[in-house]
Amino acid sequence: MAQHQVNYTQDNGLPVALTTIDKVVNWGRSNSLWALTYGLACCGIEMMASGASRYDFDRYGTIFRSSPRQSELMIVAGTLTKKHAEFIKRLYDQMAEPRWVISMGSCANTGGMFNTYATVQGVDRVIPVDLYLPGCAPRPETLQYAVMMLQKKIRAEKAGKAQRPKRLL
Amino acid sequence: MRAYKPKDDVQKKSYYTDRYWVAPMVPKSMVEDDAVFAADLAAIKAKFDVSDAYIQVEQMVVYIKPEDNVGVLKLMKEELGYTQLSEMSAIDWIAKQGQFEIFYQMLSMGKRKRIRVKCFIDQNQAIESVNPLFRSADWSEREMFDMFGVKVNNHPYMKRILMPDDWEGYPLLKTYPLQGDEFAAWYEVDRIYGKEARAIIGPEIRDSARVDRYDTERFSRLGFEVPMGAEPKAVDAEETPLAYQEEGGVFMIDKFEDDKTEIISDRKR
Ligand code: SF4
Repeated sequence: MAQHQVNYTQDNGLPVALTTIDKVVNWGRSNSLWALTYGLACCGIEMMASGASRYDFDRYGTIFRSSPRQSELMIVAGTLTKKHAEFIKRLYDQMAEPRWVISMGSCANTGGMFNTYATVQGVDRVIPVDLYLPGCAPRPETLQYAVMMLQKKIRAEKAGKAQRPKRLL
Repeated sequence: MRAYKPKDDVQKKSYYTDRYWVAPMVPKSMVEDDAVFAADLAAIKAKFDVSDAYIQVEQMVVYIKPEDNVGVLKLMKEELGYTQLSEMSAIDWIAKQGQFEIFYQMLSMGKRKRIRVKCFIDQNQAIESVNPLFRSADWSEREMFDMFGVKVNNHPYMKRILMPDDWEGYPLLKTYPLQGDEFAAWYEVDRIYGKEARAIIGPEIRDSARVDRYDTERFSRLGFEVPMGAEPKAVDAEETPLAYQEEGGVFMIDKFEDDKTEIISDRKR
């Protein structure tokens, strides 16, 4: 140690880091949040902008997938109609555990301005939601913030099997 | 300067007699004013009954009998040059006279004229499909059925178009409540989880601005989360921190430092 003048206890000492399983697993999960493309209305445009080059979600490891089997994050961006409700539930069920949901925009949160017969008054009536993102539509920066908040939330979770699968009922 | 009016009772008095602004009726003029329309109307009148006809906003409105709808549209398409059906639907006059008004908006590109053909049908009366003449009527007639419950005879695929197939009620009727009836309010719950789940999921919350920070079953404050249903933390004095990372830093990830970031003033850089 003395010979090489390397202080192994400091950062960059050796390519070795000591940590717990929880932290490693959560590091992996939170930095590869593949999102299911779920643009339902105007909020979907902002979601697309967040994924494109200027805001660049790939930096966070959030890459949009068009298959529920490959994704663990569902960003519900837009108005959920009652006709569509059963499809969102089916796609949510097809995602592998662990999975997270961001409800993006007023419409997904509460039905928003569509206080009518045909709109589900909040996606949380159909699937469990982890993070509500207010705004109509939220800007891409806001969605980035939401994803970072979700990463923070994931880092605080237990990684083991003890994690209960999320169900509405 | 405007004359002064006392404003003490401004909150007590209603300034409007109508709840909503009622547009004044656009003036009508005689069909004879326009030679093209007059000729068209004469051609229609030669074969079919016309109960009323006038010009409004440079368009002719013709009232016919509901049995004649296909005949009149066929005549207009094949002989008068009105080759496009740009729109059709129904109007709900059930409260006033127990009838639906059906309208067909016709366009002639050659003559550069529009004619609206209208007829009244009773509440449970069906109307003949004009789909064989105009393909655009296919979806319009389905929409009319979906929204008003007006049945169309000899339509190739008479089925709801916008609402789900198992929907009850016709949403564009004046009697249909804007926020939906009992069936609509529970539709997604009944359909996905079954009626038993109603008690668990609860009724729709129609106040979209409702946020209750003391309700830890539904809400949790960012940065001050507690388990579901537990007592909320007393955070009234504190600000919610805008933090992207935990205090002690994150495993394998560089610390984000505010003061080392640079704000670019030149957007075109
Ligand atoms: S919240 Fe606003 S922007 Fe987003 S889907 Fe609804 S209406 Fe569109």
